[in-house]
Amino acid sequence: MNDERISLALGEEGPDDARWAFGTGFEDPLHGVATAVPAGVDSARLAACCAALADDALVTAQRLAEWCTDAPELEEELALANIGLDLLGQARLLYSRAGQVDGTGRDEDAFAYFRGAADFRNVRLAELPRGDFAFDMVRLLVLSAWRLALFERLACAADPVLAAVAAKGVKELAYHRQFAAEWVVRLGDGTEESRERTARALVEVLPWTAELAHDGASAPFGADGGEVWEALSDVLRRTADAAGLSLPAPAKAPAGTGRSGEHTEHLAPLVGELQSVAREHPEARW
Amino acid sequence: MATAEQAPTGPEETPVEPAALQRHFDETIARDQRIEPRDWMPEGYRRTLVRQIAQHAHSEVIGMQPEGDWITRAPSLRRKAILFAKVQDEAGHGLYLYSAAETLGVDRADLTERLVDGRQKYSSIFNYPTPTYADVGTIGWFVDGAAICNQVPLCRSSYGPYARAMVRICKEESFHQRQGYELLLTMMRGTGDQRRMVQESVDRWWWPSLMMFGPPDDDSPNSERSMAWKIKRHSNDELRQRFVDMTVPQAERLGVTLPDPELRWNEERGRYDFGTPDFSELQRVIGGEGPCNEERVARRRKAHQDGAWVREAAAAHAAKQTSDRAARQEAAA
Repeated sequence: MNDERISLALGEEGPDDARWAFGTGFEDPLHGVATAVPAGVDSARLAACCAALADDALVTAQRLAEWCTDAPELEEELALANIGLDLLGQARLLYSRAGQVDGTGRDEDAFAYFRGAADFRNVRLAELPRGDFAFDMVRLLVLSAWRLALFERLACAADPVLAAVAAKGVKELAYHRQFAAEWVVRLGDGTEESRERTARALVEVLPWTAELAHDGASAPFGADGGEVWEALSDVLRRTADAAGLSLPAPAKAPAGTGRSGEHTEHLAPLVGELQSVAREHPEARW
Repeated sequence: MATAEQAPTGPEETPVEPAALQRHFDETIARDQRIEPRDWMPEGYRRTLVRQIAQHAHSEVIGMQPEGDWITRAPSLRRKAILFAKVQDEAGHGLYLYSAAETLGVDRADLTERLVDGRQKYSSIFNYPTPTYADVGTIGWFVDGAAICNQVPLCRSSYGPYARAMVRICKEESFHQRQGYELLLTMMRGTGDQRRMVQESVDRWWWPSLMMFGPPDDDSPNSERSMAWKIKRHSNDELRQRFVDMTVPQAERLGVTLPDPELRWNEERGRYDFGTPDFSELQRVIGGEGPCNEERVARRRKAHQDGAWVREAAAAHAAKQTSDRAARQEAAA
């Protein structure tokens, strides 16, 4: 094949395009799914649930993006970006749904870029600053195991859009949890240094899980808080066993919850960075 | 992205090899067939390839930095996803290319050491800063566009693993170029500030992008041998001309001015005439005096050093798993 023909072949739009980046296409991400809110579903609660789950995903993706070019190995660079992209895709679908059902008609960017930090409803574990690789793997294990347990149940939610997003997300989150669990095991078992770092990460992360245990945002849509908590605890126990680590008794949970808008001091700078360009050019098109 | 400017420097004598092996190699090249990892190859050919592929891999990895910095600040969620995926693709290109280099008997960890201690180079274009979001679009349009001009011929490179890696990489680069151009098109339809931002970015990136093709042909001593070996297929000046011819109509459609007063259509040649880049700037940037050289390498070095304990832990865990398995097999026997 000569250069010109190779160039032409490269320029062709093909079915391949879809695989480059989840959610980067030009189509409506909710295409083909019935969007009417079924009778008996409380729109306000549905919007709140979707926005809260979207905030968890966006804030986590933002922290994962901070690892870009800093990962310990190229394979991890790819994996962390993959996970960040999956979560970003989930956030976009969920924000769109929230804006559709809360009566405001806001789009995904209105939620992400034009709310203040105090309006975010993510759990606070997601917003804590990036730590070392052990901290971020333990955090990812907790957040992905928890979200997977939620999404497995939300896949049967009465709202068809939330159910579809959850069903798609289950496959993604199963990989995220697997990736994080494998690293926690490697680091727990690896060297003295990695073991110490991982043990310390558990001490730092576990107090923030109390907030997950008390989250009721998804309960009206089939994700029973008690069951979800049990599933998460089971994953943590089994992973710690495999890593040869013992789970520390969680210290007292910090007061307040992200779901009620009480955040740590770390959220505002994260949101400020996220929104900086969009807010500097509010009339711009991107 | 490979750029001709990185073509290896310094003569390397090919040791005398058994004549039959050399003849077979020469015939394979002459017939436009591929050299594969198990084939005999002259030492100079192997070393030239290692250096070129490693520098290309390093360019992909360092090239993540100037755009990667914008992921957390991308101005819409769609743009954030596009950029995140693009930077991830670059990490993927780095992986394919390090793997292609490893087929020549070198080790990725060793190549990384050579990058972080400054013994191996990467494309100079990544030593320029990205102060605005328009730079994300301009890099896609110019830098990935120039990379495609350089790399499409490499899909026919004589070394099989490199050529095959390039096919996949070129497809992705082509996608990135379209995405970059589409960002700029959207911005040009936006506010006056956005249009100014695009023009300002184009002004900064045009000449460095032309330098990605390397020094002019009469000052590119290593090109000839790489072309004889069919590692490289076209001269620097020919590729630069192709890039200009491809880009000028795109600039017109976009509504930006390329900052070259000598740029005009030459009816007789059927190609564009254009000015000469300041190649002394290229030499300075290659020599380490670009705006961001130190910062880029320092950051890669820090990430590599910070990750050392993680890699050690993974290796220790894998070793324990292997010895546990061996012990279990022994007990079972």
